[in-house]
Amino acid sequence: MQPVATTFFFYFLAAVTVLSGVLVITRRNPVHSALALILALLGQAGLYLMLYAPFVAGVQIILYAGGIMVLFLFVIMLVSIEKSQKEEQFNNMWIVGLLAALALGALFIGVYVKGRDLFAGREVALPEQSNTQQIAILLYGNYMFAFEIASLLLLVAIIGAVVMAKKRI
Amino acid sequence: MPDNYFARYLPILIHFSLAALLATAIVLLSWIIGYRRPTRAKLSPYECGMTPVGDARQRFSVKFYLVAMLFILFDVEAVFLYPWAVILRDLKMFGFWEMLVYIGIVLVGFFYIWKKGVLDWGGASTGRGEV
Amino acid sequence: MNLTTFIIVSVIKTVIALFVLLTAVAYSVWLERKVVGHIQNRWGPTRVGPFGLLQPLADGAKFLFKEDLIPPHVYKPLYIAAPMLAVMFALTSISVIPIGNVVTIGNIKTPLQITDVNIGLLIVLGITSLGVYGVALAGWSSNSKYSLLGGLRASAQMVSYEISLGLSLVGVLILAGSFSLRAIVDAQAGTFWGFIPRWNIFQGQIIAFFIYLTAAYAETNRVPFDLPEAETELVAGYHTEYSAMKFAMFFMAEYANMITVACLASLLFLGGWHGPLFGPPLLQAILPVFWFGLRVFMFLFIYIWVRGTLPRFRYDQLMAFGWKFLLPMAIANLVITALIVAIRS
Repeated sequence: MQPVATTFFFYFLAAVTVLSGVLVITRRNPVHSALALILALLGQAGLYLMLYAPFVAGVQIILYAGGIMVLFLFVIMLVSIEKSQKEEQFNNMWIVGLLAALALGALFIGVYVKGRDLFAGREVALPEQSNTQQIAILLYGNYMFAFEIASLLLLVAIIGAVVMAKKRI
Repeated sequence: MPDNYFARYLPILIHFSLAALLATAIVLLSWIIGYRRPTRAKLSPYECGMTPVGDARQRFSVKFYLVAMLFILFDVEAVFLYPWAVILRDLKMFGFWEMLVYIGIVLVGFFYIWKKGVLDWGGASTGRGEV
Repeated sequence: MNLTTFIIVSVIKTVIALFVLLTAVAYSVWLERKVVGHIQNRWGPTRVGPFGLLQPLADGAKFLFKEDLIPPHVYKPLYIAAPMLAVMFALTSISVIPIGNVVTIGNIKTPLQITDVNIGLLIVLGITSLGVYGVALAGWSSNSKYSLLGGLRASAQMVSYEISLGLSLVGVLILAGSFSLRAIVDAQAGTFWGFIPRWNIFQGQIIAFFIYLTAAYAETNRVPFDLPEAETELVAGYHTEYSAMKFAMFFMAEYANMITVACLASLLFLGGWHGPLFGPPLLQAILPVFWFGLRVFMFLFIYIWVRGTLPRFRYDQLMAFGWKFLLPMAIANLVITALIVAIRS
C-alpha cells in the first residue's frame, strides 16, 4: 500500500498547528488560548509522527498536552475572565517583538539556504520499528552524561517549585 | 494489513472523529428532544437551598498548583524511564547503575518535598504544612 | 489492499468497537446497580424487562427527555464542550487495545483491534492524561462552588495518581521490551513448569499490578477515591450543574474509562487473551476473545465490589496515600525488577 496522502496530512497538521498558534495570542479569553495551545501541541505531535518519530509524538501528548497544560489551566482558572477581557491585549513592546520575529525568520531562512543540500538526496529510511530503541541507545549510551544532568535539572526544578510557593523556608 | 507506517495511525484519527461525531450527536439530540421550562430557581447556581453568595471565581489553595508542578516533574522522570525499560536487556548492569544514579538524584528532591510538608494536606495540624 | 478498502474496513471496525463499548458501558451501569443492590440486601433494578435487563434503555430514553438546562451563570461554550471532551477521549483510548489474535475472514487477515501501533501503550496513557480536561473544564465553566471544588480535586487527584500509574508500568515494559500492546501480550505466552502461566503477575509484577489497580481507581474517580463527586460534601462535584444527557455523558465517560482500565490490566498483567484452547477451529478462534472478555468482566466486577464495600478516603489521606505510599512502592518495584532482569541478562 502506498503512503496515505502524506502531503495532505502534512499541510493539514501544519495548518492546524499554525492556526491554533495564532489563536493562542489573539484570543481575549485566556481559557480559549489555553485550549488553542493544546490543539497546537497535538498538531505538533502529529507532525512528529510524520517525521517517523512516534515515541516523541507520544511523549509530546503525555507531557505537554496532558501535563503542562493542566498547570496552565489551573493558573488560568484563577483569573477573572470579565477583567481579563477588558484589559489591553497587546502592549507597546511590539517593536521588540517584531525585531525578535524578524531575527528568528532570518535564522530559519539562513538554516534553510545553508542546509538545503543536506536534505536533498537523502533517502528516508523507515526507522519506525526501532524508533524508541534508537532513542534509548543514544540517550543511555552516547549521551549518558546529559541524561544524568537531566535528573539534576529535575531536582533543581522540584526545589524551585517548593521555594516559590513557600511563605517561609 | 497496514504495512505502511502512516496507515497504522490513520484508524486512530478515524476513531477519534467518529467519537467526536457521536458526542456532538448526543448533545444535539438531547438539546432538540428535551423540553425547556426554565424558572429562576432552576437557573440559579446550586447551593443546597441557600441563596447563592458571590460567584465561584475565588482564590484556592496554592497546593493545587504545587501538585500540578510536581506532577509535571515526576512525569518527566517517568517518561525518561520508558525507553530505558525497553532496552534494559541490552544495557545489562550498566543500565541498572545508570538509572540508579538518576533515580537517586530525583529521590533527593522527593524527600525534600516530603520533609517540607508539601505532601501533607492536613492543614495547620502538621505544624510544618504552611504552604 | 488499496486505500478505500482500508478506510472502509477501519470505519466498520470503529463502528463495531464503539457499539460494543457503549453497550458494555450501559450494561456495566446495570451490573453495578444490580450487584450493589444485592450487596446492600436490595434487589436493584427489576421492573424493566427480565431481571431489569432493559433498564439501560429506559435510562437512556429518560435522560434524552429530561430538561436540558443551561443556567445563565455558566460559561456556555466550555460548559457544553466539557462533557463532549470527556466522552471523546474516553471512547478513543479503546482504539489501540487488542482483544484477541489475528483472525482471517476470507482473504482478509485482520488483527482483532482497530489498529496495532508500536507505541500503543503511550497512546493509551496520552489519551488518558487528556481526559483530565473534561473534568477540569466542567468544574470551572459551571461557575458554581461545588463544581469548582470538585473539578479541582478531581484534576489534582488524577495527576497525582498518574505518576504512580506510569511508574508501575515500567516493570512490564522491562519484561516485554516494547510499547506495543500486542507484543506485551505475546511476551506472556507459555507456562512455567507446564502449569503456571507466564503472566506478568506471576513474573514478579504482582506489586506493580496492585499499584496499577489502585492508581487506576483513582484515575477513574471511583470508590474509594471518588472525592470529586463526594455527595455528602460536594453534592455531585464537577457535574453538579449538569442535567439531562450532558449529565449522563460524564457517566458514559467514567464507565468507558473503567472498561479501558480493565482491558489494560488484563493485557499488561494477566496475559491478555491467553488461555486454554480446545475444540473445533471455530471455537478455537473465539476462545481467546472469550478469555479476554472474562478477565475484563472480572475487573469490572471487582470495581463494583469495591464500591459496595469500602468507605471513602479523606482528601489529605488520599494525597498522602498516593504520594507517600504508592509512589515509593512503584519506584522500589521498578528498581528491584530492573536489578533482577539486569543480573539475568
